[in-house]
Amino acid sequence: MLKVRARSGAGPVGPVPLLRVGGAGTWMERQARSLFLMPAVAMLVALSIFPLCVSLYLSLTRLQFVPGGFRLPFVGLANYRKLIFGIERVHFLGVLAALSPLFWLLFAVVATGLLVFVIRSLRAPESGARGLAGRVFFAAVAGLLVWLLLRALTPGGRPGSLFVTLIYVIVGIAVQYWLGLALAFLASQDLAGRRFFRVVFLLPMMITPVGIAYTFRILFDLGKGPFAPLWQALGLAEVSWVNFPWGARAAVMIGDIWQWTPFMFIVLLAALESLPAELLEAAQVDGASRWQMFWKVMWPQILPVSSTVILIRLIEAFKIIDLPNVLTNGGPGTATESLTLHAFMAWRTLDIGGSAAVAYMLMFLVTFSATAYISFVHRRVAEAA
Amino acid sequence: MAQAFAATRPRAARRLRSPYSPSPSGAVLSYAVLGFWAIVVLFPIFWIFVTSFKLPIHVLDGPVYLPFIDFQPSGHAWRYIFVDLRNDTLRPFINTVVVALTSSVLALALGTAAAYGLLRFPYRPRLGAILLLLGAAGLAAVAVAAGVPWVPAVLAAAILFLVLRRWAGQRIGRSFGNDDIAFWMISQRILPPVAVVIPIYVMFQRLHLLDTQLALIITYMTVNLPIVVWLMRDYFRQISIELEESAAIDGASPFRIFLSIVLPLSTPGLVATFLLVLVFSWNEYLLALFLTSANAQTLPLSIAAQNATRGPQWWYMSVLILIMITPVIAMAIALERYIARGLLVGAIKG
Repeated sequence: MLKVRARSGAGPVGPVPLLRVGGAGTWMERQARSLFLMPAVAMLVALSIFPLCVSLYLSLTRLQFVPGGFRLPFVGLANYRKLIFGIERVHFLGVLAALSPLFWLLFAVVATGLLVFVIRSLRAPESGARGLAGRVFFAAVAGLLVWLLLRALTPGGRPGSLFVTLIYVIVGIAVQYWLGLALAFLASQDLAGRRFFRVVFLLPMMITPVGIAYTFRILFDLGKGPFAPLWQALGLAEVSWVNFPWGARAAVMIGDIWQWTPFMFIVLLAALESLPAELLEAAQVDGASRWQMFWKVMWPQILPVSSTVILIRLIEAFKIIDLPNVLTNGGPGTATESLTLHAFMAWRTLDIGGSAAVAYMLMFLVTFSATAYISFVHRRVAEAA
Repeated sequence: MAQAFAATRPRAARRLRSPYSPSPSGAVLSYAVLGFWAIVVLFPIFWIFVTSFKLPIHVLDGPVYLPFIDFQPSGHAWRYIFVDLRNDTLRPFINTVVVALTSSVLALALGTAAAYGLLRFPYRPRLGAILLLLGAAGLAAVAVAAGVPWVPAVLAAAILFLVLRRWAGQRIGRSFGNDDIAFWMISQRILPPVAVVIPIYVMFQRLHLLDTQLALIITYMTVNLPIVVWLMRDYFRQISIELEESAAIDGASPFRIFLSIVLPLSTPGLVATFLLVLVFSWNEYLLALFLTSANAQTLPLSIAAQNATRGPQWWYMSVLILIMITPVIAMAIALERYIARGLLVGAIKG
């Protein structure tokens, strides 16, 4: 399946051809390329194709119980229609209000930004027709999403599981990355006791997500949690924070940040620690301050790893389920429900088709975000490095 | 070559203050930030620890903080988990250890190899060959669903693919590059587990592997592969290529270069990635819930099971969480020293 061509002129992003193809050597050496890649590819193919096709099919059916068993009649796109136009619309998209003037202004700013983004690619002819089409498509979908998001956030509106998930992802990743980077940098310095910090900072990641969710449930409990005296002093002991949609969402996000900052931390720490010492020593001889050294020398060097870890977290963060499920059970109402929890709830009520449809909507959203991220950010970062 | 990897730091650089040591005021600020975050991290864990010694009344009647001062600690939860449940704690524990360690090591082995391949060799999978593979796999799936035993079905599909692949590659010649392969790999993590548990369950049922450690090992390894590939590709990229080129000129085979130069030079990344995938398989819940029932159950299931009809049993949960994190912490303490610079300083100059 994998045909190999000798020495392509690929840049630093593509493979850096190192070894001559074929020629002398044992059979093993001639097969080296395939042997490096094929085992991983074979495993992924074996375990992914079947589930992917089955769940796609399930999303086009509706489970029915008949005497002696069940049937899965084909219903076409009904499950998807239900989410976008039908009875699940409020659950999925939310309540969409008319935009207030302030939000109109915000939308105008975003729309202008997207327009500039498209026009700039017209000026740069090297991207070609495919690049232009990609940018137009991205701008259109992103514009639509922002338009709907703003309508859901406007007073009178209410975000559905789609936008709640987006908020979790955007806020979570932004905080986790900068926090993880700062901690990784500080812990990479020569400080007494840094081993203590490095191990301690990894702890949250080691607790199983279900356990973390239950721990935060007791921590955030206004009557039984450790902060109960504080809430009492503030006169909040009798009101449950669960009654405030944004309070409940904040609780979920705090739990998520606590849990996943270690992921960013360890990956960035390892990247900082593998920087060649010669580079930093040279910068120091040139008289760079520590601040300059970090931003001008270290950070650019770890940008490719940063970009990768953000991409991985981007994909993982969309699947958040345990925290909202245990902490708030998706409530109040559906205010903290993420897409995966939405799919899980549908699945629990035996709406298998609807559940698969939500999962596929999530997949479209993540694929769109990840593709956009890779082509507009990741590739550029990797090229620059 | 061997002494090239010795941990020798260039002597001249010693006279300057090391670029890693902060100024005194910077050190104070660093300690303040690190200390703050350490408290944020440790407080919930302290709470879990305290809760594990509480009687239900201590939890449900509002907070008490310090054992012996606020309340009389009780070992009832520990006794329940270790004495009453003995084998029901030990078996999931052993399962978790076996499954997490095996799957992480395998994922690291296959994933690093694939990452290196993707970074250094150009691959050109043909569209025709991919379509043929999909078709063959689909035929095999249909055949198995229709009642054909799966061994002959898979073998027949593999033979079909191998015989026709050259022809298909020529017919539809559009090819993909390494970045496309990498993206395809990471895209395998996009679909949420909720959507794929049923098909995966059916698959392992057909293979008669339900409720075995093997099923979990295979699943976790595959699920973790994309992360290993992506992270290790970037860590490998940080290594300077001159070293590999000079080894290649000296006649070292690709495998040798990979095993004795590339892997040792990326120890920090390797350790970080290993810890990550270990933790992922150690803590995985949803797939374990579906693929196991009694024999191969893992600890996350035991924790979730403590949310019984009487409401969450915080004290038992806390004990189980503590049991679960102890081995991983030990592993992290043991491996943390390898996430360090200068292990191989001087390699380039050698």
